Amino acid sequence: MSDSIFDHDHHFPAADDPADIPAHLLRQTPLDLPNPAELEVLRHYTRLSQKNFSIDTQFYPLGSCTMKYNPRIAHAMAVLPGFARLHPDTPAPAMQGLLRVLWELQEWLAAVTGMAAVSLTPAAGAQGELAGVAMIRAYHAARGDQGRRKMLIPTAAHGTNPASARMAGFEVVEIPSLADGDLDMEALDRHLGADVAGIMLTNPSTLGVFERRIAEIAGHVHAAGGLLYYDGANLNAILGRVQPGRMGFDVMHLNLHKTFATPHGGGGPGAGAVAVQERLRPFLPLPTVTREAEGAWRWTSEADLPRSIGRLSAHGGNIGVLLRAHAYLRRLGRAGVGRVSVYAALNANYLLKELQRVGYQAAFPERRASHEFILGVSDLQQATGIRALDVAKRLLDFGIHAPTIYFPQLVPECLLIEPTETESKATLDRFVAVMARIRQEALEQPELLRAAPHHLPVGRLDEALAARRLDVAAVR
Amino acid sequence: MSKIPETLRYSETHEWVEDLGDGRCRVGITDHAQELLGDLVYVEAPAAGKAIRGGEACGVLESVKAAADFYAPVDGTVTAHNEALGDHPQWINEDPYGRGWIMELETHADACSGLMDAAAYGKLTES
Amino acid sequence: MPYIPHDAAETAAMLAAVGIQRLDQLFDEIPAALQAADMALPEGLSEMALQRELEHRALDNAPLRCFAGAGAYAHHIPAIVWDIASRGEFYSAYTPYQPEASQGTLQVLYEYQSFITRLTGLEVSNASLYDGASGLAEACLMALRIQGGEPAILVPEHLLPSWRRVLDSMLGLQRIRLRSVPYDPDTGTLRLPGDAGGAAALIIPQINGFGVLEAVDALTDWAHAHGLLAIAVVNPLALALLKAPGEWGARGADMAVGEGQPLGIPLTGGGPYFGFLACRKAHVRQLPGRLVAKTVDGQGREGFCLTLQAREQHIRRGKATSNICTNQGLMVTAATIHMAALGGHGLRRTALTCHQRASRLRKHLAALPEVRLPYAGPFFHEFVLRLPRPASAVRDALLGHGILAGVPLADSGLGEAGDLLVCATELLEEADLRAYRDALAAVLETV
Repeated sequence: MSDSIFDHDHHFPAADDPADIPAHLLRQTPLDLPNPAELEVLRHYTRLSQKNFSIDTQFYPLGSCTMKYNPRIAHAMAVLPGFARLHPDTPAPAMQGLLRVLWELQEWLAAVTGMAAVSLTPAAGAQGELAGVAMIRAYHAARGDQGRRKMLIPTAAHGTNPASARMAGFEVVEIPSLADGDLDMEALDRHLGADVAGIMLTNPSTLGVFERRIAEIAGHVHAAGGLLYYDGANLNAILGRVQPGRMGFDVMHLNLHKTFATPHGGGGPGAGAVAVQERLRPFLPLPTVTREAEGAWRWTSEADLPRSIGRLSAHGGNIGVLLRAHAYLRRLGRAGVGRVSVYAALNANYLLKELQRVGYQAAFPERRASHEFILGVSDLQQATGIRALDVAKRLLDFGIHAPTIYFPQLVPECLLIEPTETESKATLDRFVAVMARIRQEALEQPELLRAAPHHLPVGRLDEALAARRLDVAAVR
Repeated sequence: MSKIPETLRYSETHEWVEDLGDGRCRVGITDHAQELLGDLVYVEAPAAGKAIRGGEACGVLESVKAAADFYAPVDGTVTAHNEALGDHPQWINEDPYGRGWIMELETHADACSGLMDAAAYGKLTES
Repeated sequence: MPYIPHDAAETAAMLAAVGIQRLDQLFDEIPAALQAADMALPEGLSEMALQRELEHRALDNAPLRCFAGAGAYAHHIPAIVWDIASRGEFYSAYTPYQPEASQGTLQVLYEYQSFITRLTGLEVSNASLYDGASGLAEACLMALRIQGGEPAILVPEHLLPSWRRVLDSMLGLQRIRLRSVPYDPDTGTLRLPGDAGGAAALIIPQINGFGVLEAVDALTDWAHAHGLLAIAVVNPLALALLKAPGEWGARGADMAVGEGQPLGIPLTGGGPYFGFLACRKAHVRQLPGRLVAKTVDGQGREGFCLTLQAREQHIRRGKATSNICTNQGLMVTAATIHMAALGGHGLRRTALTCHQRASRLRKHLAALPEVRLPYAGPFFHEFVLRLPRPASAVRDALLGHGILAGVPLADSGLGEAGDLLVCATELLEEADLRAYRDALAAVLETV
């Protein structure tokens, strides 16, 4: 029996209704929320926190999610009262400190990406994607090029890509990848034409390898009148070394909660800043921060960017997240940023080689891993029926978070593994030892894996029952 | 190995069709299809009276980890759908050719002529 | 090297295992022409220097007594709220896709969903959207999926302008028509149109952009009588006092959406906040965003997991109900702890105190010569003041008195030039209210 907050309820007289609000506008039934004592609240939620895995307590080799250390100094700076107590409608002269920080972050992200301009407002990667493809749409429309209804997306792309393209009013056309992980250029060329608005790519791709023909792809797409969108989910692989702007991309988003070390928070908040080449600057989402000639900062408005795609949130976006990303970048500086991708790639390639050494099969063994790589366990499935899911669940028993599984869907029984640069060799070596043991268990005691995890607050949950019964709120 | 009853006809999109006579037929998804989808949790079938066209999506099947369109195997008009699936979507997993039927159609007499027999469908699922 | 643990010997051993000699060989598949990042970034700082620099920046933001609202409200947040929410186990956890390793976050989300359904009087709440305004856009898209038919929504002209702009940009992408419904200039409340014109839903803001309370029963019934869904836009704190959307009119509103910031989220210049969205169970498959359900494991132990994931982008891709993925998890964790820490009684007491302080302030300010109250109807904790000078000039002048006086409405195209939207919460005591009155009197003599 789990502990519920609804078990803690003390009864006090409720406050009276206000006399000057008509009764028919007031609550008809008493508000039925629990009334726990503060110590009960503290214990309940502290205990719940202890049922979580987190970066602060476990290794998280979670592919495509970049679960790196979230420096505590960034948190400490973001919650300074001078930032935390600022009302969003404070006039610019009374929030110069914040505006300057945001303006600097815009400049630094432009420098990191090799782009001309940045808007920080999108609340997460998916909203950044929506802003990005909306800008592509606005760009073609502004040129009177109205027939471009299609967005090309690799079959292996993140699911947000087609969902965002659809939300922006595009039709989605999927482009396959080749056996070596690169995009199928022939298929691309077949689909390019006057009805194509652009293509959404991530590089390195979701297959964990660098798209070697990116310059050629950019050339073909541009020649056909389309634009290139860069999904920044994998930016950690090339941070400080390759700029998306130089690869030929026109617009991109950055996941600040991945590459720039802001916390995932159990599912957000993120921040999905967008960066664009000069020709897309007029369409950036509002507001951005601009520096006036005399060195004062202010928000921009519709008067500054009349062709903007508009606003995606009521205010300036997830500013507390932006403050953390700013602190991270300022702490690292030019040299530190350059080291990120180097050690992310070193950790990934080392881990790949070590896992191959203990018997695991790489999906693309002839390729250099980027910041992440894919293993397939089809051999285990054939031998004893053990699936990627079972390996992932067994890892939890050893205090290691599961890798991403069954994504990308192209590789059967896959594990997508991303160690990030902030993990030590000792952590990686322990992971390899655990994976070696799990492989042995899979062959010798497969039932042990099928029933895993064994040492967590709950075992595998009945997700079908959850969906059929749909108990999604405690009823009175 | 999934079950493929000899008496039914099959579409390439993994629906089965049972000829009920008088231009009426019953439709569901095959054992093979339910295995691919996994534990079903929700079925959205077209309402009675709706005209559907063979090969076009006419409903949605939702499992824990997937959602798939359900295609009309033939042209016709829906006369009924299996309302019990609202509370028991798992019947599609447990008994895809029986209690897990999805809808009944009124169609023309030779509507099933373009569909596969069990042998042909068996080959399709193996490839 | 900040946050990178490798020493030279470890790096060398790892390179040897990979079978290369130098770190740059890790990038040998990337065309050399692309590998020349020339970044205009500053040098890194020590943690001590970074702290000094940012503390200075934070001090460059003037501390003000806050009388501004307009969708973001200054409230007291009990110390316990962020003390727990900032624990690494919540702060640095991933989205709970692995339920066995995420029971803490999942149970918090389940409790959050339970609290929101009780506040709103509806059956289902998702696990959050980005903010109230984008949440309203998602609610409109959801209404269109439920209703089919003509893609049009009825939007009150006096919805908060910052929210209206978000609807314009997000819904405009899918060519959805937003038909404005005017307000009565004498009361500041919604004036119903003669017919619904085939729209899918009516947005009913309780509290509206003037801070005035609407006749929500009649509006909801009107929407239903014309075949529209009723989308309630609500302040969650006010719902401790005001009628729950599920009880509006004969059948109740169909959806309730709002800005969650008043529930324990710091202002932080505009975000991160979170949007909440609640609906009827019949519509749950059209709900965007994550949803947590209670279930059991193989041994019959109770547990929680994400459910109906087939609606979402990582499975449904282009046919998903929304592209939303990462949402505002940590904000929701804080809001849940905040609601628990205040309890039902505490939320109600806070709401009532806000109302009392705003009522006092309104009396103080209305007593000043030349200051008018254009709308007489009932309100919660926010109201419009009509000043004899442009409201933005008055607001700017009051900054010199350490007061953020409110939000000038005409800046965003609503109301008259002298209209200032003013808010008072439990943070402002009688001395603060009098200080505002005195400062405003002084400013009106000089501006």
